[in-house]
Parts: sequence; C-alpha cells; structure tokens
Amino acid sequence: MSVLSPAPRPLALASVAGRPMRAWHWLGLAALIAIAAVLPFGLSNYQCFQLTSALVYAIAIMGLNILTGYNGQISLGHGAFFAIGAYIAAILISKFAVNPWLTIPVAAVVCLGAGFLFGLPALRLEGLYLALATFALAVATPQLLKYKHAEGWTGGVQGIVILDKPEAPFGLPISQDRWLYLVTLAIAVVMLIVARNLTRGRVGRAIVAIRDHPIAAETMGVNSALYKSLTFGVSALYTGIAGALSTITVAYVAPDSFDAFLSIRLLVGVVVGGLASISGAIYGGLFIQFMPNFADQISKAAPWAIYGMVLIAFMFAMPTGVAGFVNATLARLTRRWRG
Amino acid sequence: MDTLLHQIFSGLATGGIYASIALALVMIHQATHLVNFAQGEMAMFSTYIAWQLIEWGMPYWAAFALTVAASLMGGIVIERVLIRPMANAPVLSSVVVFIGLLVIFNSIAGWIFTYTVKSFPSPFPAVPLFGSYFSPHELGATLVTLVVLALVFLFFRYTSLGLAMRAAAENKVSSRLVGIRVGWMLALGWGFAAAIGAVAGMMVAPIVFLEPNMMSGILLYAFAGALLGGIDNPGGAVLGGFIVGVLENVVGAYLIGTELKLTVALVLIVGVLVVKPSGLFGRVLVSRV
Repeated sequence: MSVLSPAPRPLALASVAGRPMRAWHWLGLAALIAIAAVLPFGLSNYQCFQLTSALVYAIAIMGLNILTGYNGQISLGHGAFFAIGAYIAAILISKFAVNPWLTIPVAAVVCLGAGFLFGLPALRLEGLYLALATFALAVATPQLLKYKHAEGWTGGVQGIVILDKPEAPFGLPISQDRWLYLVTLAIAVVMLIVARNLTRGRVGRAIVAIRDHPIAAETMGVNSALYKSLTFGVSALYTGIAGALSTITVAYVAPDSFDAFLSIRLLVGVVVGGLASISGAIYGGLFIQFMPNFADQISKAAPWAIYGMVLIAFMFAMPTGVAGFVNATLARLTRRWRG
Repeated sequence: MDTLLHQIFSGLATGGIYASIALALVMIHQATHLVNFAQGEMAMFSTYIAWQLIEWGMPYWAAFALTVAASLMGGIVIERVLIRPMANAPVLSSVVVFIGLLVIFNSIAGWIFTYTVKSFPSPFPAVPLFGSYFSPHELGATLVTLVVLALVFLFFRYTSLGLAMRAAAENKVSSRLVGIRVGWMLALGWGFAAAIGAVAGMMVAPIVFLEPNMMSGILLYAFAGALLGGIDNPGGAVLGGFIVGVLENVVGAYLIGTELKLTVALVLIVGVLVVKPSGLFGRVLVSRV
C-alpha cells in the first residue's frame, strides 16, 4: 500500500530564507488563490465557463478521492451521486423557484444520506465486489433517470432546462460567467480546506488506517463499519455539491450526461491528480475538463483512447499522480535551495 | 401463456450469451481472483475483427475460427504485458487498469470502425422452428454456448493442461514445485477467456447489432449471472447466466417495462452480494486473519 501513502509533509521546523517552511506553504497557497481569483478578468466568458467546469469536477474528484484514495473503497459509480445532486438542484430551481445557491446545501444533505445508505450494503463488499456493484449503479443511472413514472419530476429523456443563471448581486459589473466562476472557486477552496482538515485529523487517520489494515484499525478501537459508511456519505456529499454546481453553471440536466462514462472520468481525475492527495483534485479536474478539448481535434474517439492509456500509464509509471510528482519535485528543489 | 413461453425461450437464448461471458469472467476469477471489467469490450472488439474479415470476403466459419485464434493470442498478450506487472499491486490498481482497457477497446473500436451501427450475419439458416418460440439464430446461439461449456468442462476435467491450470489456480507454490509454469497458466486462462468472449460476441451481434457499446449491458448481466451462480463455479455461472436471461426478459415484459431492464442487473448484483455473496452454488470463503 506504500504507493498510496500521502507524500511526506515538510517539517514545520525547516526554514527557507529566514521564514518557516509552513509560512512559505501558506504564502504560496494564498498567492495561487489570488491568481485564480483575478484570472477570469483576463479571459473570455467561455474560457471562464470551462474553468468553472474544471473546478466543479475538482470538487467531485475530491469526494471520490476521500472514499477511494483515503479509505480504499473503490467506487465506479460516483456519477450517480453527481446526478442526484444535479437533479435536486434542477428540480428545486425549475419547479419550486428556489434560489439556485440554496439548492447546494439541500443537494449536500440528500447526497450525504444517499451515500450513507449505499455505504451500508457496501460494508459487506470487499474491494473488487464493491467496484462491481458501484459499476452497476453507474450503468443503471441514466435508465433510472429516464423512468417514465418519474417523468413529471425529472423531465424523462428530455431532462430539465433552466431558463436563467444567477447574476452577480448588488449590480456588480461582473459578467454572469465570471460571477459563477468566482463563487465556484470560493466553494471549491472551502471544500478542499475542509477535506484537508478532515483527512489530517483523528478522523482522517482512522479512515486511512481502515484502508491500510482494517483488522489493526478495529483493534485500536476504530469503529470500522461506522467510519466506512460515513466516509461514503461524506464522499457522496462532495460529489452531490459538485452536481448541484454543475446544474447552476450549465443550466441544463439530461439523463445521458450521467452515464457510466461520467463515473469513469471522475476515476480518471482521481488517478491523474493523485490518489490520497488534496491538491490532486485540482490537477484532475483540469485534466478531465481540458484534455478532451485538445484530443477532440484528432478524432471523436481520441479523448477516450487517451483517458484509457493515461489510466494505465499512470498506474505503471506515476501511481501517486501529478500531485505526487509535483510534491516530490518541490521537495527536491527546496532541499537544494536550503542546502 | 403463449407470450410467457415466448418470453422464456427468448430469455434462454440471451441467457446463453450471458452464460458465455459469465464463464469467461469465472475463468479469470479462478486463476487470478480478479474480475475483468474489460471482458465485454474485448469480446466486442473481437466481433469487429470477425466483421472485418467477413467484409473482406472470408467465409463465416473461417472468420469465426480466425477470430477465436486471434482473441486467444490477444488475451495472452494482454496478460503478459499489462496484468502480470500488477500481480502484487493493490486491487485498486488492477481495477484501474481494467477500466483503462475497457475505455481503450471501446474508443479504438469507435475510431477504426466508426460508431455507426452495423449488422452482423448469422451462420444459421433462417427457417422457422418449433412454431416460433425460438428464432433459428437463438437456437443456434444457445447450442453454441452449450458446446463451448461442454468443451471447457472436458478440457478442465480430462486433459493434463486443464489439470495444470486448475492446480495453478488452487495453489501456486505447490504447482510450481511439481513443475507447472504458473505464469503461463494464468496467461493461458486470459487467452481462453478472451476466446470464449469472442464466441459470445459473435453470437450476440446478430441480435443486438454491432456497435462499440453493444456489450455494456451484457457485461452487467453476465456479472449478475456469475455472481448468482457463484463466481468460483463455472457450471453455476452458466446456469446463473441462463437464469438472469429469463428473469430479465420476464420481469422486463410483465413488471417494470423494458426501459428499466438494466436496473434488474443492478438489483441482482447488489442483492446477491448482500444476501448470499457466495452465490447459489459457490463455496463460502472463510478468510484467516
């Protein structure tokens, strides 16, 4: 399991140029967020929209990573939770005229419940069989969404079209797409910080211990069943929030956009970004959003061929993903700089 | 009553296809304790090879034999190149590699042969049999499935190579001590599974038509069948495949309508795994800690 362990943290005592390493860490992070916040003003509305989608994926990938990367439960069906979040937002906005942003907490709570409930039978399924059951969930999702007796709510095959996207408040002179990007960025940053704190604390150690050695974890007093179902719930919560955000930014849901390939794309994002890493979610989101744009020019099938090859190549050559690679490179650079 | 019989018979025919893929899944599971998610896509790709050969003017059965041989080789190569290095890696790595394979086969097929739906010829004459409970192709496909099953049974039961393969799956260390090349037995298992998948693909293609996504549902039904019968029991898996085929048709026709058919597979898979993970005929696994 060593390949899945998170990269070693820089020692708090180490210092560079008179400042402790941790301060540099936070400064770098603040600078990155600041750059991400001013970035949309130099980009077109469409490019902003694409970046927003990448951030939405990043949140979903973070959710899947908590479950698969940290807890070791393989899910190939997270597209289903994404779909639940997206449909809850769409139904609330179109049928009940709820404020779009208020649908996010609702989607989060419902997905937490749905994930927890799906996590209960999942307790009895080890590795491969869980992958199989969740894969079946992923394949069945579009069919369930098209179910004709629920058409009144879900819009059946046509899906739901939402007429307008939220505008910037207080008459701020920001375009719709830029405003959506900024809100999504804020939500993504908060969600990633929460995930970081969750995985580094007592709970996080319990989650990782269950992955690495379930029996030892039980012996140490970790309630494995409870933690596993809760992890499933929290993971679904993240993915559900991403689903609701995607409805708000795209203003449209349709059953066929939540097929098994969505779940596979999220898995690709986790593997490329880096299993059991926080920053990996961002790399993964950017990858699954932008790679198809480039590959589409070769052939309609090319993006998926590349996804498949990237999956296998990363498993062989870079099992810690881009995040692991970047962290290792940074660690090497700072060591040279110091020493 | 008449329609019910009809549903049952056509369920048996599709069940035969599920049974073949289930058999392929069980073969790999027995040898490696893994479930190959790419099994369906590999079968789909083999079927495209057969289609291309027939398009080039090759007679059906020659194309059939060549495709099975090519799939056998392909399966062995995949095991040697991609699966072998993952032998000691965590389950997650294997699953990711399988998903990668699934996606690659799916997209390469779309890339080479385009996504337009193609019709695939049936080798069986189009004469009506037994009233109309069975189309000739359905009957032929079921027979082919049973023949494949019989061959697999005879191979494992009566040949020394089959015995060696069973031994390698049962106990690697002891097998090595008596001179069995365990690595090659695993590769051969992959080869056979790919070949069985190819047969199933060629049998199902005339019914569902040939396109890159034709196997996605079939794979799930096969999973459900294999689990229902017991993932470590080839005969059970075949029976499970037939049961799933009939169940899917009857439930689809009378209870929930055709558009929710895949959900039957989902419910079956989760149901079996939760209620009786060893399946109807499988061994109950006890793990030592």
